[in-house]
Amino acid sequence: MVYLRRATSIVDRYPALAGVDLEVDRGEVVVIQGANGAGKTSLLRLVAGLLPLSSGECRVLGEDLGASGGTLRPASRKRIGFLGHSALLYEDLNVVENLRFQVRAAGLRGWESGMCHASEEALDRVGLPSRMWHVPAGRLSAGQRRRAALAALVARKPELWLLDEPHAGLDSRGRALLGDIVQDAAGLGAVVLMASHEPEEAFLLADRVVTLSGGRVTAVRESVSERSGGDSTHVA
Amino acid sequence: MWRDAALIAAKDLRIELRSRVLLNQLAPMAMLMLVLFAFALGPGRGALVPAAPGLFWTGTLFSALLAVQRSWAVEPVEGAHDPLHLAGMDSSGIFFGKLAAVLAELLTLEVLLGIGVVVLFGARVASPAELLLSTLAGTVGLAAVGVLYGALASGMHTKETLFPLLFLPVASPVLVAGTRAWQVALGTAHMGAGPWMTLLVVFAALYLSAGVLLYGPLEGTE
Repeated sequence: MVYLRRATSIVDRYPALAGVDLEVDRGEVVVIQGANGAGKTSLLRLVAGLLPLSSGECRVLGEDLGASGGTLRPASRKRIGFLGHSALLYEDLNVVENLRFQVRAAGLRGWESGMCHASEEALDRVGLPSRMWHVPAGRLSAGQRRRAALAALVARKPELWLLDEPHAGLDSRGRALLGDIVQDAAGLGAVVLMASHEPEEAFLLADRVVTLSGGRVTAVRESVSERSGGDSTHVA
Repeated sequence: MWRDAALIAAKDLRIELRSRVLLNQLAPMAMLMLVLFAFALGPGRGALVPAAPGLFWTGTLFSALLAVQRSWAVEPVEGAHDPLHLAGMDSSGIFFGKLAAVLAELLTLEVLLGIGVVVLFGARVASPAELLLSTLAGTVGLAAVGVLYGALASGMHTKETLFPLLFLPVASPVLVAGTRAWQVALGTAHMGAGPWMTLLVVFAALYLSAGVLLYGPLEGTE
């Protein structure tokens, strides 16, 4: 599903990634950790096709970014769900309108007929109270915006989840819900790549924890989560 | 492509209806410009009517500048292209969707400006068909070049100052040809509108084609 070999990405002459090796299979949850500036967000953005691949190999959902000039085809992008630092919501649209736009944009089949039901289901799933559904996104708190953005991913059901600090702004109930959603997605065969500074929360979900430093993988800790069992660490 | 275009146009127009920036800020600003020029030029029809076409198109040009900047400003901030890019939308669909929304906003403003020109300046329309056709062709051209250069500038830190620098010189043929075509339509110039109409149509066709071909590479999705 995601395969990187010596992948580098140079942005404005600065090496955001300096030779990353990573392979993630269907149903895996991989947590990426590292200090600020280690390359966590850059790695997620490279995989999403938002940063250029300067050298090395990068294959995402079977598509070779090197061969396609560093960008993903629209059909592949529809299969990716990205939750960035800021929730990508339109401030003047309410929560349900934001959700509908994202799902329609992704061109999900059968969505139109079950639009209301599916959006309500996704918003229920992330625990956003129904009184907030018709409030403009610009008036929501940071945590509510996070939940709304997460609901859009839940409704879209992507095959590849790219979550950048997904716990930021969420309360304890929200964090627990996020954990359930991630585990459900992985259980259905999706790949989850999650950058996190929250070891207590993120590591419980992880099949692997990858440590980045200076744009490179410096350590990989295998089988951390409860559902994976044991624990072993090796240095890259 | 057309499905994506319709989705984006509907989304942008819905945001516009909610925020009412067009109604509460752009339209008053354009009308204020007409009023100020009416004061500056004096009360006589002799000075106002010949200036009306130029003022109409100057108002439209600056409204287009603001409408296009607004069109990108409403996108969530994490790199203006990210949400549309991540949604896997067709680049030509994004171009046509943004263009349709900006075009609808500009045509609405132009109706108000046109009424202002008639009421404040006392202009009389000698050839309504030429007036409507030149307005439509010129506005499509302005919207197309605006959306194209807006996409180029939107990902940059200096977009607020860079976009006018890119847009205004390139859009100047519309200002000149639109003004000349309107002079003919209002009967203040005795010449044929044909060459100016042709220039407006060619300009619009050129930038519509450029948008389809270049929009994807400009936003980095192709």
